[in-house]
Amino acid sequence: MDLLSLLIFSPVLGMIVLLFLKADQKRAIRWVALITSLLTLGLALAVVANFDPSRPDLQMTVSIPWIEVSGLPIAYHVGVDGLSILLVLLTAILTPVSILSTWTAIEEDVKTFMLFFLMLEVGVMGVFLALDLFLFYVFWEFSLVPMYFLIGVWGSDRRIYAAIKFFLYTMAGSILMLLAILWLGIQGGTFSLPQLQAAGGIPLNIQIWLFLAFGVAFAIKVPMWAFHSWLPDAHTEAPTAGSIILAGVLLKMGAYGFLRFNLSLFPQATVRLAPWVAALAVIGIIYGAIVSFPQPDMKRLVAYSSISHMGFIVLGLFALNTEGLQGAILQMVNHGVSTGALFLLVGLIYERRHTRLMEHFGGLWKVMPIYASITLIVTLSSIGLPGLNGFVGEFTILLGAFHSAVLGSPLYAAIGVLGVILAAIYLLTMFQRTFFGEVTEEENTQLKDLNWREIVSLAPLLVLIFWIGLYPKPFFHLIAPTVNHLAATLQAAY
Amino acid sequence: MISQSILFSAPLIIVAGWGTILLAIDLFVSRRRWITPLLAALGLVAAMVVVLLQFGGQAELFNGMLIQDTFGSFLQLIFLLTAVLGIALAYDYLKRLGLDKGEYYTLLMFTVSGMMLMAMAGDLIIVFLALELLSFPLYILSGFARPAPASEESAMKYFLLGAFSSGFVLYGIALVYGAAQTTQLNGLATILQSGGYPHGLMLAGVGLILVGLAFKVAAVPFHMWTPDVYQGAPSSIVAFMTVGAKAGGFAALLRFFVVGFPALSASWAPVLVGISALTMIWGNVAAVAQSNIKRMLAYSSIAHAGYILMVLPATAKGGLASIAVSSALFYLFAYMATNLGAWGVVLAVEKRDGEGGAIDDFAGLASRHRLLAFAMAVFMFSLIGVPPTLGFVGKYYIFQTAVHANLIGLALIGVLTSLVSAYYYLRVVVVMYMKSGEVQPRSELWLNGTVGLAALVTLVLGIVPAPLFDFASRSVLMLFGS
Repeated sequence: MDLLSLLIFSPVLGMIVLLFLKADQKRAIRWVALITSLLTLGLALAVVANFDPSRPDLQMTVSIPWIEVSGLPIAYHVGVDGLSILLVLLTAILTPVSILSTWTAIEEDVKTFMLFFLMLEVGVMGVFLALDLFLFYVFWEFSLVPMYFLIGVWGSDRRIYAAIKFFLYTMAGSILMLLAILWLGIQGGTFSLPQLQAAGGIPLNIQIWLFLAFGVAFAIKVPMWAFHSWLPDAHTEAPTAGSIILAGVLLKMGAYGFLRFNLSLFPQATVRLAPWVAALAVIGIIYGAIVSFPQPDMKRLVAYSSISHMGFIVLGLFALNTEGLQGAILQMVNHGVSTGALFLLVGLIYERRHTRLMEHFGGLWKVMPIYASITLIVTLSSIGLPGLNGFVGEFTILLGAFHSAVLGSPLYAAIGVLGVILAAIYLLTMFQRTFFGEVTEEENTQLKDLNWREIVSLAPLLVLIFWIGLYPKPFFHLIAPTVNHLAATLQAAY
Repeated sequence: MISQSILFSAPLIIVAGWGTILLAIDLFVSRRRWITPLLAALGLVAAMVVVLLQFGGQAELFNGMLIQDTFGSFLQLIFLLTAVLGIALAYDYLKRLGLDKGEYYTLLMFTVSGMMLMAMAGDLIIVFLALELLSFPLYILSGFARPAPASEESAMKYFLLGAFSSGFVLYGIALVYGAAQTTQLNGLATILQSGGYPHGLMLAGVGLILVGLAFKVAAVPFHMWTPDVYQGAPSSIVAFMTVGAKAGGFAALLRFFVVGFPALSASWAPVLVGISALTMIWGNVAAVAQSNIKRMLAYSSIAHAGYILMVLPATAKGGLASIAVSSALFYLFAYMATNLGAWGVVLAVEKRDGEGGAIDDFAGLASRHRLLAFAMAVFMFSLIGVPPTLGFVGKYYIFQTAVHANLIGLALIGVLTSLVSAYYYLRVVVVMYMKSGEVQPRSELWLNGTVGLAALVTLVLGIVPAPLFDFASRSVLMLFGS
């Protein structure tokens, strides 16, 4: 078996082991899941080590014929390039972090939980690595099922509502994509993405329809403004581990979809529609920020802030130049790390106090100093403080948007900047209300600070926050050739 | 000639003949209730073996009254498989309800022989004969829980509406004969191509036959009987009916339109587009409002008929007929595995007194019986069409056919209604996994075994569907003489 397939299906190994464990062997189940996810991380690192960052094309590709439906071949076709390598790595890092976060938080039916969690990792890895449109769709839809169960079974009070909403929204987007995929496949005689890209030649008016059919699926997943209403519910109700993966990885599937399919398959339509999409993105940045501010529930606040942050990513993508694209890809990682960490931190306090409402807290700095300092770092990273990761991504994106030839106006970037300021307001307000002042409630005086397991689970995220913030070059290095190539292709479509 | 005819209709003769003999045998073994179902199943398996041995041959039998080809053989395999699984599902269930009489199994064999005849029909007279042969035992079986009023009501309704629809078919056949002076499908095709027949009379005949067959497959607006009949009849027979009777109706529709009347497709294709769209929309929308699982699955079966109907207008597009028919066959197989499994779980949850049919009665199934709940979840996702299940591949195949035939609007309705269907299928999953309850599922060997097998097939063929694709597409080649 080749490296990429091993990477995608390595969690299945753990799932098989889990099936042989009894439901009450919780300790063993947790360890098996954790070790499996670390194994996957190892494989992901091996992929990075084997990756040749000087090449813009797809690497380590494997193509095995799978099915042939009335003359239309479908292949198991996977490969990695600069667009996907960081997301693969991000997925591999966030999964063990999430599993660690469930150590004491999930007590009910741990076995099934871990089965679904590992299943989810298979689906997500598949999405990022698939190069056959049909295969991509299969992984895309497949990843829905475990997430649906994670929210619906292990979520909080309104979990059922949130789970169904999540499922229906995502499916609503993807069914139109299915039709578009079918159309492309039938016209082109293949579902292979590289072949379809090379063939090109779709008339503009049809490109626009196809762009929209794919775009709705991705816009819902991102979620962009006007398609976002599933997100606050799903994030708030999901268990902590689910929220981390949802925010950290699943949302990136939408942005990645734009990057991988819309931009390269429908370049003319992309150029034509870019200002509209960017406008939606900017509205999302501002809307997400404004709505975040009055949220009393910390988790909900972080959820809404995702809408704002994901807006930056989409803005960067549709600037359609090197800076915008590079910034967007890096920001996907940044958002995954920072927001993942924020959800993890909110989860930790929820586990201790069983509430997420800010009014119940205050003065936690005195009670939990380690927790408070880590939260401060993560909050500042999410705001985009120079020296931390968020700054690098957002700055590059805004730079790209500012002088983007397609957008044609610095206005997008100018309004987008407001989002950074607003983020500082709502995130710092949350921090202030939770950590500063006097301890207002009796129970809060007894709260325990973080233990070793919790610090270990946060450590990789903190390392990334500083690393990307201070020395992002290795990350840009990985993605640059592919991005330059893509930007050049798009340039030709102006 | 005649010996060849008999040889190639051997599977049919085995099922019908063995059913008749079994009627007598049953009298002597009525103490040992397990003998009749076992013998019935063995007979069906024997017929299946013969079908497989003869697979690939092509002949006109009995002067063209019957046609032996791989298309028919594929459908016959579906019927036989459905019947064998239907017996496995019914055995424990009937015992539980105190209905374990041998007639059940012999009647089942008779209806299967009707379906098999339908798959071989080369003449409209045979179509009608097969229709009646497959329907009558089903009328009786629907009322098998006599004297339960619901079951009797169900049988009565089914009979009245069924008789009505048979009348339509017969009248239609008469008109077609009046117009063309033949009832043979091949002969009709020739006459239609050459022209020179009373057009209006022919269209009226075709229309009436379509109405009658639409009743059988429960297409909107001829679906009214379905929910009531399915809710009242014993669940084990409904499980069989939703797949078998529907596939029987489609066997007739496909033969009829693809072999007999392709020349008239300009007239019937738009009508079928409309019926298909209405069936998908109404079946799915009405299912949302159901709180009883049997009614929900009844509407779901209507909806799935709509998806299969999508391929009929596609057959009218030049060069696509064989793809379209093979996608229908594939879908029928996928639907068989998934739907029989789902009904199996319904049977397992149903209580002795026939209660336990509300969707809410499934609450807590996941914690009571992990595997049963898992299987049901697989079936529900397969019915929605989520990968990696067989239902997804089947839907994909049908949609591909539709897009290929440029029926984008119909495909769009197909995917949008699939979204609607996600809502009500998911509700079952929600109730099983996310609510707690006091459900007492049965653990009965044959029942659970069948459910497990169906779940396995749904998953494995969902991941590795290539063999089934090949089988389905090879089966239709002969239909078009290539």
